[in-house]
Amino acid sequence: MPHKKSRRLTPRSLKRAISGWKLNNITADSEEFMKENNEDQMLTGAQILMKILKDEGVDTIFGYPGGAVIDIYDELSRTDIRHILVRHEQGAVHAADGYARAKGKTGVCLVTSGPGATNTVTGIASAYMDSIPVVILTGQVPMHLIGNDAFQEVDIVGITRPCTKHNYLVKTAEELAGVLKEAFYLARSGRPGPVLVDIPKNITKTKVPFRMPEAVNLKSYKPTYNPNQKQLQKIVGLIAESERPVIFAGGGVVLSKGSNELTELARKAMIPVTTSLMGLGAFPASDPLWLGMIGMHGTYQANMSVGDCDLLLAIGVRFDDRVTGRTDSFAPNAKIVHIDIDPTSIRKTISVSVPVVGDCRLTLDQLNQMLDQKEFGSILQRRDKWLNRIREWKKSNPLSYQQGDIIKPQYVIDTLFKLTKGQAIITTEVGQNQMWAAQYYHFDRPGHFITSGGLGCMGFGLPAAIGAQVACPDKLVVDIAGDGSIQMNIQEMATAVQYSLPVKIVILNNRYLGMVRQWQELFYGKRYSSTAMEHAPDFVKLAEAYGALGLRATKPEEVIPVLSEGLASDKTVIMDFIVEREESVYPMVPAEAPITEMLLV
Amino acid sequence: MVEEKHVLTMLVDNKPGVLSRVVSLFSGRGFNIDSLCVAETIDPLISRITIVTRASALGMEQIEKQLNKLINVIKLRTVYGPKSVQREMALIYVMAKNGQRSEILRIVDIFRGKIIDVGQEHFIIEVTGNEEKISAIINLLKPMGIKKLAKTGTVALFR
Repeated sequence: MPHKKSRRLTPRSLKRAISGWKLNNITADSEEFMKENNEDQMLTGAQILMKILKDEGVDTIFGYPGGAVIDIYDELSRTDIRHILVRHEQGAVHAADGYARAKGKTGVCLVTSGPGATNTVTGIASAYMDSIPVVILTGQVPMHLIGNDAFQEVDIVGITRPCTKHNYLVKTAEELAGVLKEAFYLARSGRPGPVLVDIPKNITKTKVPFRMPEAVNLKSYKPTYNPNQKQLQKIVGLIAESERPVIFAGGGVVLSKGSNELTELARKAMIPVTTSLMGLGAFPASDPLWLGMIGMHGTYQANMSVGDCDLLLAIGVRFDDRVTGRTDSFAPNAKIVHIDIDPTSIRKTISVSVPVVGDCRLTLDQLNQMLDQKEFGSILQRRDKWLNRIREWKKSNPLSYQQGDIIKPQYVIDTLFKLTKGQAIITTEVGQNQMWAAQYYHFDRPGHFITSGGLGCMGFGLPAAIGAQVACPDKLVVDIAGDGSIQMNIQEMATAVQYSLPVKIVILNNRYLGMVRQWQELFYGKRYSSTAMEHAPDFVKLAEAYGALGLRATKPEEVIPVLSEGLASDKTVIMDFIVEREESVYPMVPAEAPITEMLLV
Repeated sequence: MVEEKHVLTMLVDNKPGVLSRVVSLFSGRGFNIDSLCVAETIDPLISRITIVTRASALGMEQIEKQLNKLINVIKLRTVYGPKSVQREMALIYVMAKNGQRSEILRIVDIFRGKIIDVGQEHFIIEVTGNEEKISAIINLLKPMGIKKLAKTGTVALFR
């Protein structure tokens, strides 16, 4: 409908027009009327951003202000969106990541240009490797200054191209709304991932007509959610004739919220289940079919089962090198079924017999329905031999440690598990602390184990715990850390205390860069090159300096009292456990070895 | 693994940065690009990129899947077989001393090329054809002394 430029339709002129017509029963709701007459609101870029965030259901963002985003922050203060001010931009991305995993929604963070943007790169790379839906909004210098080496200018789109699912530089205020809508859509659909939107400062101030964009429909991006029915029939057939099946589930099951369907399938067909690090919690650890984690530091029975199985149902995994060990001896006797939403994961490192591209939950649901139709005879009888063998493996080499006079790190995790009854949300740093957490804390539900799996980013745990606590304020959130890792983002203690987030930090303090030291012990003749970390702050005093509670345990008998006191406190807590210095993580599959050849305690 | 030459043709969004995305996919995963050609199609919103690369069969499967995963890639095909036509163009700056000038002209004629520059001691030749034809004329002219060579990438279409 063409508008006469001379007479703009404003609420006042509208009221005058209506009263002039002397018509009754007209609602003078101006915004409604404007929408009906295709009159768009005039909004600045910053205001448009707020509109889109609200439309996408965003109620919390993590960020750090700066010159390029000051207009956005100004608008933000006028909305009811909660903003968590971090102390380092890397913390903002990790927090948005932890929030996304705990809440099952897209995480959002907002940082400024230049160094603010480059500080997010590590966090973005971690979210990319673990396929977590996060939208990263970065400020940028004004359009006319781009390419001029302006103050706080970096080509963040160029820098993050390889580690984002997609990224955008917004060129005009008119395209901002559409780009943002697309960004959120891409972040959460198909195989989720981080999407970066770079917004130049002049766009945040430019006023343009705004109308909420239509639903996103990209002709070049159509993920396959529904699996091929013929392939599913093949799988049902394979399950029926298999003698020694194993299910291997991963992060994909957690992301597609398919944990119930997975559990139903496993129990229906009596198939033992193992998961990757990212899949922990997808299948309840208390179930008798649970094998434990697979891979380099997986359990003995998990690795041996996969090595001996005749059917491997791989669901939502990508066959990472930490899992497979030597690829040509991975599951050598098995037909491999691979279900994943991302075709690039299939046949990347491991050849498979039955590839299926599809959403994990939908595929598992359809498989369950097909299995209901099938006659299996006595499953329990047929599986008995296989399950017995697995029980033998488990008995022969269980996860174990010897608690003596010095606190063993495994004992701390074990006690933590018992005291929290396995109900806490656990985030971890990286290294030995991460592996012991995965081995000794047993998860019955997804979304409770938050770790940097693919990238293995030290410093992830504390900000992720903050994000998880913001997402789930009523839950107990514990960050299991090493003395090295915790120092990488220790500044986020201020964030936790500022927002009264009662996260609990358990430091397994062995005064070493533990995992590297373990490799140096096993393969480099104990030459501990640059891994000794005796020089560290007093973590108790550091906690108190931040306004948090600091506790320390130096003897085994102090572990339970310290954990009990720390977990019961309503403050942010650091618990410093002085543990055995040269304890190593076992089992261990050395690099390039088959996963059936593990180093045991 | 045996590596073979493959020609990929794809339609992509005509936006800044898209070419960079496609190319960094190759370099980031260790695949080499032998040649590259990109230009707008009849639809100004869509460009066509033609890439010649060398990879094993398994490698090609990965490359194709990774390219399809890119948001800006609309359609992708490998080009091979009699249902396709492939061409590239070469500009050849060849030294042409007195005794060899007529020989060069004969070669150019046989290959249906064109002389687009003449000098006292050189010609610049423009020739179009498939990869074998271009290699053949270059090989024939090498003994005369090719001082400079500029080739476009391969472009291809299905019939």
